[in-house]
Amino acid sequence: MIRTIHADQIADCVAELCVKACTVLPEQVRSLLSEAQLREPYPPARESLTLVCENCKIAEQSQIPICQDTGVAVVLAEVGQDVHIEGGLLEEAVNRGVGRGYTDGYLRKSVVRDPLHRVNTGDNTPAALHVRLVAGDKIKLTVAPKGFGSENMSRLKMLTPADGLPGVKDFVLETVRLAGANPCPPVILGVGIGGTFEQVALLAKEALIELREGGHPDPAIDALEDELLEEINRMGIGPQGYGGLTTALAVRIKTAPTHIAGLPVAVNVGCHATRRAVGFV
Amino acid sequence: MPVRCTSPIDPSLIPRLKAGDSVLLSGVVYTARDAAHARMINAIKTGKALPIDIRGQTIFYAGPTPAPPGRVSGAIGPTTSVRMDSFTPALLLRGLQAIIGKGDRGAEVIQAIRDSGAVYFTAPAGCAAYLSRCIQSVEVVAYEDLGTESIKRLTVCDLPLMVAVDYKGNDIYKLGPEAWLSGS
Repeated sequence: MIRTIHADQIADCVAELCVKACTVLPEQVRSLLSEAQLREPYPPARESLTLVCENCKIAEQSQIPICQDTGVAVVLAEVGQDVHIEGGLLEEAVNRGVGRGYTDGYLRKSVVRDPLHRVNTGDNTPAALHVRLVAGDKIKLTVAPKGFGSENMSRLKMLTPADGLPGVKDFVLETVRLAGANPCPPVILGVGIGGTFEQVALLAKEALIELREGGHPDPAIDALEDELLEEINRMGIGPQGYGGLTTALAVRIKTAPTHIAGLPVAVNVGCHATRRAVGFV
Repeated sequence: MPVRCTSPIDPSLIPRLKAGDSVLLSGVVYTARDAAHARMINAIKTGKALPIDIRGQTIFYAGPTPAPPGRVSGAIGPTTSVRMDSFTPALLLRGLQAIIGKGDRGAEVIQAIRDSGAVYFTAPAGCAAYLSRCIQSVEVVAYEDLGTESIKRLTVCDLPLMVAVDYKGNDIYKLGPEAWLSGS
């Protein structure tokens, strides 16, 4: 059975998710922050984490964005194959929703039309839209506003098979070291391994946005996540970069099949306010 | 205990501000980030006057969200300072006294801070709802077409800052992690 969804429903949902994502940090991220705050032994770092937690409460209560960088609206649309969209194109509906959400929600407009001419589009459109066809008759929409303090610190490298696991580890750790205080630590890392040049970047982004709960199904990857987190938290960068135990809150890895000649790796760095809101149409 | 300071900052106070000190800043600061800096530097290069007199003043690397009705300011907080590094020495040379941002600075900027007897503060990053409560007034004073990137004159009260680079070039982004790692 084909289910018909009007484009306006998609726009309405996206508009609402933009505002929610920018003002209410996911419960999961808040838990990671409060656990880190309890664990942090270095007093200045603990104070920084307390302030970050306090900020989240104020943001939610006063409906003020958690961070002034309300980002580029990254939108993942998982469209059921049994959906028929009427009343306009999916992409237009998503952008209408972003424009309305950012304007009516008093969010910052941070998007420029052209990377070199740099004139602001005025309503934070277009979204960075990723569409995937899935089973079912619904559309799952995830809005993950991405600030560029952390996005600018993200990196991608085409390693070779000989670089192997040590090469992957070195690259991830080097990325965090180079980022230092800039991406607003404690960071959350989404790491992509495998695929092609463009796939690996999206894997890293998805790993960051999905922020899988529970262990990775592959025990080797699960162990790698733990090992990376431990090593990052030995670097001493700390919350805000002022020193301390908590440099990262979580590391999440996604992998994909790749070529016999390649070992692509991408690290998408997320800040302590790694935001997302999910809705269904 | 945090040191209370008023901006514009009295130059005689500068030697008392040490890297790692907590500061509560009140008074007037001007927002300027990437695009406003590019325009100011272009004005300097082409011999034109800057849209604000920066002598003795404080620049806050910030682009706030729009203020909803009934509020003075939207969310506000520091953006990554290193992107302004190539512009900063020229502004310090023209008398800029203090900067508020986040993240470490390059060697050239640290040297320029020492040479000019300035100070670089950091504000807590990603705490923009919290910081919005410290803003008492907002007025666009230049480059209005840049939207969030325009130069705004803010009146702030008890803005919670930390001295990141002091007039001697001491840098909290080095000293802080070192202190933690050495267990002191």
